[in-house]
Amino acid sequence: MKSGLKFMLAGIFFGIIMAKTEAISWYRIQEMFRFQAFHMYGLIGSAVGIGILVVGAIKKFKIKNIYGEPIVFHPKERSISRYLLGGTIFGMGWALTGACPGPLAVHIGQGVGVMVIVMLSASFGTLIYGAIREKLPH
Amino acid sequence: MIEFISQPWPWYVGGPLIALVMAVMLLFGRNFGFSSNLRTVCAACGAGKKFNFFDFNWKSQSWNLLFALGAVMGGFLAKQFLSNGQAVAISNETVSSLQMLGVAIEEQAMVPLSLFSFEKLLSLQGFILMVLGGFFIGFGARWAGGCTSGHAISGLSNLQFPSLIAVVGFFIGGLFSTHLLLPIILKL
Repeated sequence: MKSGLKFMLAGIFFGIIMAKTEAISWYRIQEMFRFQAFHMYGLIGSAVGIGILVVGAIKKFKIKNIYGEPIVFHPKERSISRYLLGGTIFGMGWALTGACPGPLAVHIGQGVGVMVIVMLSASFGTLIYGAIREKLPH
Repeated sequence: MIEFISQPWPWYVGGPLIALVMAVMLLFGRNFGFSSNLRTVCAACGAGKKFNFFDFNWKSQSWNLLFALGAVMGGFLAKQFLSNGQAVAISNETVSSLQMLGVAIEEQAMVPLSLFSFEKLLSLQGFILMVLGGFFIGFGARWAGGCTSGHAISGLSNLQFPSLIAVVGFFIGGLFSTHLLLPIILKL
């Protein structure tokens, strides 16, 4: 359990960040997709900016993980169709529900019980993708 | 102190903290990506018997399920102990844009509860927003191979061009829903 506990603690930290920055807010997502405030762009942009430095530093200084193993990054397979088409479907859902998968979990913790249904529906969407993926362009 | 952190956090605090979560997950020997959990849930429910996409040892992903459980707990803690109960302070333009669509900004709510509730599930409007919206999230995230955390944060941080294409897709879909679908759905 000790090994699992740290992931739960990281999740708690993540959940609090998502809630306190209002990244889980349907209103904030609307504001973002209407280009009416900098908040979400600053949030994602600064996360990516610092993320680039973090990943660059890990590669440059060959930083190891807590188990003493090298941290390896797997390049994503080259394609356009799956990312563009899948991404577009995902974006449609993001704007309708105002939440991506992480924030759905945070909403459940905040007591918006109906988000359990949204999460189940998202799982069902993943199931259907798994069922028909061979017929989809990748 | 509690009062101070109970205010909404500005982006320049939140963004670096999100990067910190990603860094911590890398140090823990894992990748930061939330939507894989949906696939894991399908596998844990036995979908691997019918579809080989789900035929893997889902228990090897239990660390991510624990992360998700933590996110639920984080949401609870933020609401119970770190919230000042104010309405989300979105821009005046957004307030009026949404008012024109008949959506009010509700106190103490991160989502308009007039739209997101169990009763609303039975209406066509609620069904599209919650059930269809949720379906799109799960279907699209797996097709694209990741969601906001896996592509926008982890992928872009690793300068992955595919992740940039995915994020462009997120925006094409999001703009389509926001500007073309929502005005129709909210009139239903």
